[in-house]
Amino acid sequence: MSKPRLILFDRTLNKLTKSSLTSTADGLPLKQSLKKAERGRRFKALMFVLPLLAFVSVSFVLPIFDMLFRSVDNPVVSTYLPKTIEKLTLWKGKELPKAEVFETLAKELLIAKKNRTIGKVAARLNFETSGMRSAINKTVRKIKKYKGTRYKEALIKFDKRWGETNTWDTIKRIGDRYTGVQYLAALDLKMGPEGSIIAQPEDRQIYVKIFLRTLWISLVVTLTCLLLAFPVSYLLATLPLRVSNILMVMVLLPFWTSLLVRTTSWIVLLQRNGVVNDIIVWLGIIDDGSRIQMVYNQTGTLVAMTQILLPFMILPLYSVMKTISPSYMKAARSLGASPLRAFARVYVPQTVPGIGAGCLLVFILSIGYYITPALVGGQSGQLISNFIAYHMKSSLNWGLAAALGTILLFAVLSLYWLYNKIVGIDNMKLG
Amino acid sequence: MAFPPYTGLGGKISHYSFLIFCACVFLFLIAPILVIIPLSFNAEPYFTFTEGMMSLDREAYSIRWYKDIATNPQWIFSAKNSIIVATSSTVIATVLGTLAALGLSQSHMPYRPLVMGVLISPMIVPLIISAAGMFFFYSKIGLSQTMPGLILAHAVLGTPFVVITVTATLAGFDHSLTKAAQSLGSGTSRTFFKIQMPLILPGVVSGALFAFITSFDEVVVVFFLAGFEQRTIPRQMWAGIREQISPTILAVATILVCVSILLLTTVELLRRRNERLRGVSPG
Repeated sequence: MSKPRLILFDRTLNKLTKSSLTSTADGLPLKQSLKKAERGRRFKALMFVLPLLAFVSVSFVLPIFDMLFRSVDNPVVSTYLPKTIEKLTLWKGKELPKAEVFETLAKELLIAKKNRTIGKVAARLNFETSGMRSAINKTVRKIKKYKGTRYKEALIKFDKRWGETNTWDTIKRIGDRYTGVQYLAALDLKMGPEGSIIAQPEDRQIYVKIFLRTLWISLVVTLTCLLLAFPVSYLLATLPLRVSNILMVMVLLPFWTSLLVRTTSWIVLLQRNGVVNDIIVWLGIIDDGSRIQMVYNQTGTLVAMTQILLPFMILPLYSVMKTISPSYMKAARSLGASPLRAFARVYVPQTVPGIGAGCLLVFILSIGYYITPALVGGQSGQLISNFIAYHMKSSLNWGLAAALGTILLFAVLSLYWLYNKIVGIDNMKLG
Repeated sequence: MAFPPYTGLGGKISHYSFLIFCACVFLFLIAPILVIIPLSFNAEPYFTFTEGMMSLDREAYSIRWYKDIATNPQWIFSAKNSIIVATSSTVIATVLGTLAALGLSQSHMPYRPLVMGVLISPMIVPLIISAAGMFFFYSKIGLSQTMPGLILAHAVLGTPFVVITVTATLAGFDHSLTKAAQSLGSGTSRTFFKIQMPLILPGVVSGALFAFITSFDEVVVVFFLAGFEQRTIPRQMWAGIREQISPTILAVATILVCVSILLLTTVELLRRRNERLRGVSPG
């Protein structure tokens, strides 16, 4: 509709709605009254949702954002060594800083020692360059006794690290309040001299390997689940309801059983003196001396995760296969296709939505897996989640934990976006 | 199994191997759960079937590990905590979740996809990340290592399940029923409690059961957020598995399997009732 005509239309509508014919009983024009009713209903619907929305926002979404913020927030050094950091901003990094910077640092280290914040500073610097913790502790002990004024020479004598520009570069760099260094660390990188980005030393390159291992294990688990779930779902979908309902219990019971219980059973089954080894020995396949170690390594993680996630593959596949009419296969057979060909060309393509949904669901669940790898994984079966937990609980490098978590979170969210495109989150079914 | 007359030998063999393969997968699914039940009655502190057990010797079985649970103050203490946390968080999750589902299933709901996305995010985000975020944030506001903190955390993790199951039930709800009730002179709240509530109750109860089991099984958030005073059964099990796995763990596991069988049966019965009410044949 062109513009003048639109205006004309609008005027006519206005005139119409003003006439008594299209007013409601209380005298309001119909259009306005409808709008009001619509707004009222929208408001009412929103009122129902609002309590939960507020609850989830405060107790869940806010904490997640807090974690995102923490991955770039870097308060320790700038809070406890403020003057040193201020003086270092003028330093260009070509040679050692001026003597007054050394003096400021020495004094601030003493203050930190008195306020008992020195441990935090030392720990933070140590995450960046190993060995800094001992250097700082040694230096502080010696400054206390030092009576002279030539701090530069003294510090270098206390620990030779103070005579290296690299050390000062590190302090200057992590003196920034907000920084991306945690993300670099999470990708096995670090800041080099003059703002360049270099690889971490060989022995500290772990996270890329762990990310790749997590992806690899998730992929293997997903494909194994698909391989095992496809025939079973087919059987469940084609059997008469009475029989398939009974068999379905075998899928749903594991689904409802505690994760810890299932992980415990796998430990019991797979350990060196466990049931599986007993059976193999009893069958005479191996002798008693050469029992196989199947748990506390990658095998344990793979087997246990596959069993735990299998229902998440079977259920969507089953619900899709249930809707496929058997007459398509029969038609293909009657038109001369071999059973295999009919299956591959007619049946399988119809199950693709179920395959997609199941695979994505299992993959998403497995890249965030924590409990099972932690309990049965040993050294070689640890995934990225376990390292997040390690940095949260043991090394207390929360910034790095947050950065690793953020990377994982974005990976999962983008996969869900894909899932939503393919399946629709609304269609998610439970049990 | 009757084969069509044209089935050849190859067809029969492939069909039977298919059935054997499926049987193996079912065994793989269910065996780990079933195997711990007899082992939990083992008289010896081993995790394997002793010769006595294999020959069904009565002496080889005992309930000593169950007695161990009943007399161990740590298990009793954590069981009490688990029940308190799971029940309270289920109540919060169910009330808020059902309300939200009622709003979400109205056609007038604005920004539906966005709101839905936020509401089910606790289910999507990997637990370790939720736990980390909650640990940072709850420590800041003084809720970490407290019972209310743990209850809130578990409630928020349980809400998506309630929202999803109740919205699914409401999707099949015939709105002319409420209109009929209202035209017959029933008020809003009366219509809700007399007409709508009984019809969506199965969905609400299954949602609540999902929320309950989520909290009852949850260990990662407890691991980060709870102190010793808030130890739950899974946390206690976790410690047991980590340190020294004892047969007591198997006894606890067996009890938990019984709890899940109970919950599963309830949910299944509710699902069938719901489908019968809607006129769908039970599946």
